[in-house]
Amino acid sequence: MDKRMVAAVLAFTIVTVFFFFSIFLIHPFGEPGQVRMDDRIIENTQNESASNNGVTSVVFDYRGFDTLGEATILFSAVAGVIMIFRRVKE
Amino acid sequence: MTEMTRIVKTIANILFPFTMIFGLYIITHGHLTPGGGFQGGAVIASGCALLLVTYGSRWVLTRIKEKRLAAFESMGAIGFITIALLGIVFSMVFFGNFLAGSNLLFGNVPATGSTLADLNTGGVLPLMNFAVGVKVIAGLFVIILIMSYASSIKEWGQ
Repeated sequence: MDKRMVAAVLAFTIVTVFFFFSIFLIHPFGEPGQVRMDDRIIENTQNESASNNGVTSVVFDYRGFDTLGEATILFSAVAGVIMIFRRVKE
Repeated sequence: MTEMTRIVKTIANILFPFTMIFGLYIITHGHLTPGGGFQGGAVIASGCALLLVTYGSRWVLTRIKEKRLAAFESMGAIGFITIALLGIVFSMVFFGNFLAGSNLLFGNVPATGSTLADLNTGGVLPLMNFAVGVKVIAGLFVIILIMSYASSIKEWGQ
């Protein structure tokens, strides 16, 4: 057994142990741990953002900065693709 | 990428308007039903990708240039930022929902609980959905179009 094999087995074991730890320590399905923010948004989204769709009100109103970041990522992706595949004049 | 057969063209011609209608429905009803600007924009960009696969990138590039699409993408981003900045002016908060509760555009407030869908609600959310929708349509389509055209060039890389 060479060193790379030992390292691979060691890394696999560590990742597996942490994976199963995180599986067994997770909260049971359907019973979220921290629900204060969820309850507050579900109760107040129709009054505050006047929207029947709670997900859209979270995405565009409560967590607008996150959507701004997504839009920035898409913008930079488009700019990068246009720059890479530009037509070079010869 | 060359053109495909007549069967593919016929099916694409039938399916393309329905894809457009479905994507626009998802964008405009983003504050009422599941979906929104990103999802509806992805649906419409998929419909445009269907045209691209069917007719080839050169045919599409005779209809619309990628610079115009890039301009649409920037317009969507500018509209999104502008609406977010208007929140500072009118409600003192970045991304503030200044149209909610007013009697202007999209100004109604639905009753709490399970209510009927009213399109005239949501404040700035429908406007932001529209801006992000335009942005995602143009952005995804220009990515697919440019990569498809680049792969169709014969003497790529000399």
